[in-house]
Amino acid sequence: MVASSTPQPLLRMEGITKSYGNVQVLHGVDLEVGRGEVLGLLGENGAGKSTLLNVLNGVIGREGGSVLIDGQPVEFAGPKQAQEAGLAFIHQELSVLPYLSVAENIFIGRLPRRKGMPWLVDWASCYRRAGEILERLGVRIDPRTMVGRLGTAEQELVEIAKALSMNARIITMDEPTASLTEAEIERLFTLMRQLKADGVSVLYVSHRLDEVGEICDRATILRDGKIVTTVDAKTTGSHALATMMVGRELSELFPKTEHERGPETLRVSDLSTPKLKNVSLTAHRGEILGLAGLVGSGRTELARAIFGADPITSGEIFVEGEKVTIDSPGAAIRHGIGLVPEDRKHQGAVLSMSNAQNISLACMSKVSRLGQLNRGAERQEARRLIQDLQVYPPRAEQETGRLSGGNQQKVVLAKWLFAGSKILIVDEPTRGVDVGARAAIHGLINDLAGQGATIIMISSDLPEVMGMSDRILVMHEGRVAGELARKDFSEEAIVMYASGLEPTTSGPEPAVAGLEPTREGSNA
Amino acid sequence: MSSTAQLDRQVVEAPKRGLARLNIQLENIASGIVLVLLVIVLGAVSPAFLSFSNFLDIARVVAITGIIAVGMTLVIITGGIDLSVGSTVGLVGAVTASLVAGSVSDNALVSGVKLPVPLAVLVGLAVGALIGLINGLIITRTKIEPFMATLGTMIFVKGLLYLYTGGYPITFDPMPHGYAFLGQGAMFGVPTPVVFFAVAVAVLWWLSRRMSVGRAIYAIGGNPEAARLSGLKVDRTKVFVYTLLGLLAGLAGIILTSRQASADTVIGTGFELIAISGVVIGGTSLTGGRGSVIGSLIGVFIVGVIQNALNLFGASTQIQYVVTGLVLLLAISLDGIARRRRRT
Repeated sequence: MVASSTPQPLLRMEGITKSYGNVQVLHGVDLEVGRGEVLGLLGENGAGKSTLLNVLNGVIGREGGSVLIDGQPVEFAGPKQAQEAGLAFIHQELSVLPYLSVAENIFIGRLPRRKGMPWLVDWASCYRRAGEILERLGVRIDPRTMVGRLGTAEQELVEIAKALSMNARIITMDEPTASLTEAEIERLFTLMRQLKADGVSVLYVSHRLDEVGEICDRATILRDGKIVTTVDAKTTGSHALATMMVGRELSELFPKTEHERGPETLRVSDLSTPKLKNVSLTAHRGEILGLAGLVGSGRTELARAIFGADPITSGEIFVEGEKVTIDSPGAAIRHGIGLVPEDRKHQGAVLSMSNAQNISLACMSKVSRLGQLNRGAERQEARRLIQDLQVYPPRAEQETGRLSGGNQQKVVLAKWLFAGSKILIVDEPTRGVDVGARAAIHGLINDLAGQGATIIMISSDLPEVMGMSDRILVMHEGRVAGELARKDFSEEAIVMYASGLEPTTSGPEPAVAGLEPTREGSNA
Repeated sequence: MSSTAQLDRQVVEAPKRGLARLNIQLENIASGIVLVLLVIVLGAVSPAFLSFSNFLDIARVVAITGIIAVGMTLVIITGGIDLSVGSTVGLVGAVTASLVAGSVSDNALVSGVKLPVPLAVLVGLAVGALIGLINGLIITRTKIEPFMATLGTMIFVKGLLYLYTGGYPITFDPMPHGYAFLGQGAMFGVPTPVVFFAVAVAVLWWLSRRMSVGRAIYAIGGNPEAARLSGLKVDRTKVFVYTLLGLLAGLAGIILTSRQASADTVIGTGFELIAISGVVIGGTSLTGGRGSVIGSLIGVFIVGVIQNALNLFGASTQIQYVVTGLVLLLAISLDGIARRRRRT
């Protein structure tokens, strides 16, 4: 542990606890941010970072613990109170209003009024004050520009200007660099250093570990809702940070059964879309191929491109050795490919229809003749699958929207079993699914592979993807950054590839300088 | 990051029991209950209401907009809407009437070609289907909101009607028997329009509940992306329902000109609203995915019964509009409340 940089930290969070339903997300989190400090907050997807930031900024309430600013305890009824107390929250998804000017965005809700005529906006002073703030940031943007015409980076600067105009002393930035180019990131960092010099503190969340060493003073690592440790960001290497983020033994929850790897069933070569760059992969009969990587690294885009859901710009797909043209999901289904999408509610199931209707949806021809549905046969098949997959409640006529998340997911899986898919792509199959259903879904995926299906499993849950897969491809910024055979699986290696770095085979803590960040990754 | 959202979702998704489920069922049969109550109350107040001839009267009035309403039901279930049907009724009515032997008009354009009745009817139906096809293509190709797209065709087709008729009414001297039968005849004592309506209800019910295309219609309205990712032909299905509705609107126009023994530029005006009212009152959700052809049958009868009762009591047309509007607002409000309850 590294002590806080000032005797009296600007912000102190003590013993923060928060749970949703029966699931505890934060278990007594302590955090300190010094004056003029940039504190990195690191953790895997689901570690509780967003919850913690939301608690801090008054977006959600906490159950236990206290927040102190300048040593004074504060309570926020909502985000507005938090703002008034000097906190600002810059979200990953920017919340600028694109059709308003820069100045209006900065002062929205608090536009300066004309003296004596408070119902009129004092535009002259509005533009002048906006100009002053932008100048202080060293940003050359005309405050009269419509924000929608600025680039993403400049929009982010407008958000920061807005935070400063409210005299924010603690700015939370949630993955601010996710959609920025190298040059834009440099500009943001320059600005952050200036904020530091002005005594403003920044709580900085990023998945790009190389950036953490560059911009942060200290880094606090959150795992499973608990603080693991706080380290000096300048001297701790990316590898060490990655190890601390994941640092748990692979649990034995995953009933991995070894299957004979059969012949190749799917080959993708040089597949490109606006989001993917020359992706190639092969998958085999009886194999579970894991696709790891950060959210936004192109995993879902790859799945959708193979399934014909999004158009591809170039590349070829071979199914069982034959070149196929997949220009629609219907074509993919005809070639035996199925997709369990990431967003179950909006893409997976039709919640207003019954389980039986959802199950037969992708292959109605199986229970119909000349367009006439044989509803008896449909119900019978559905009942069989509902029983096999232990959908609860086990009723074919039950509306799918009334099932729990895990059971809805089972219905979506049943749809592809019904359609007889030989290549099944599952995108975050257990996200938002309770523990019991999770195990059932894992068991089912294993069984399918055992029966000779090819499974491509996308998962942000490292223990899951490592526990289930025979082989893992790690994606980074639209490319396959690395491939790992089961014997080489390690969370560190995956995290490094996913962050655009090359994992080293030994030595847990190399110097940061020795790590040349290779953002483009390599085409393995 | 998603942990917050997913956990929230899990809590929300607990299966509902007891009252909640009962309410949903109540919602599905609510329109039927309303119709039964209306008939009981009106029968008690006015014995004339319960006579068989009055029932046939209601059915005959309801039949023409009812044929449109059942087609509209499928469009609304896909999550769309079609405002152009009223104009289609007018144009198809005028085109068909002008092609039938014996029709006369002061406009030179109209009196040219004459065809046997079955052929004239086929041409009319083709015109209706074509308008529907155009609607479907505009909506699927340009992704314009169906409301805006069909508002455009509504005005466009109305313009064609004015151009075609020159603003003059088309009358018959005399009307051929075959044509008169469509709107004025009867089969086994049942007025022909009612027979057409019954057939339309039966066919569309079968199509929507017993055929895979019907399943696709529900799936597309319920969750377009899930339907697409299940390999359903979303665009083709949408084009199909709009074309079918255009065809049915054309049929309604043909029956109406036969029944009125004339075609003019105002017939069909406002039919889209009556049809949509019937569909919504029958419990079909304007957001798509839920509803039924049978519900719409009940819905148009509710509107018809109210209008009939107001007639029996001597209420003016203005009052009828006010009452029908109120019933529609009530139905839409109930739909909105039910939807909100489903979400939580």
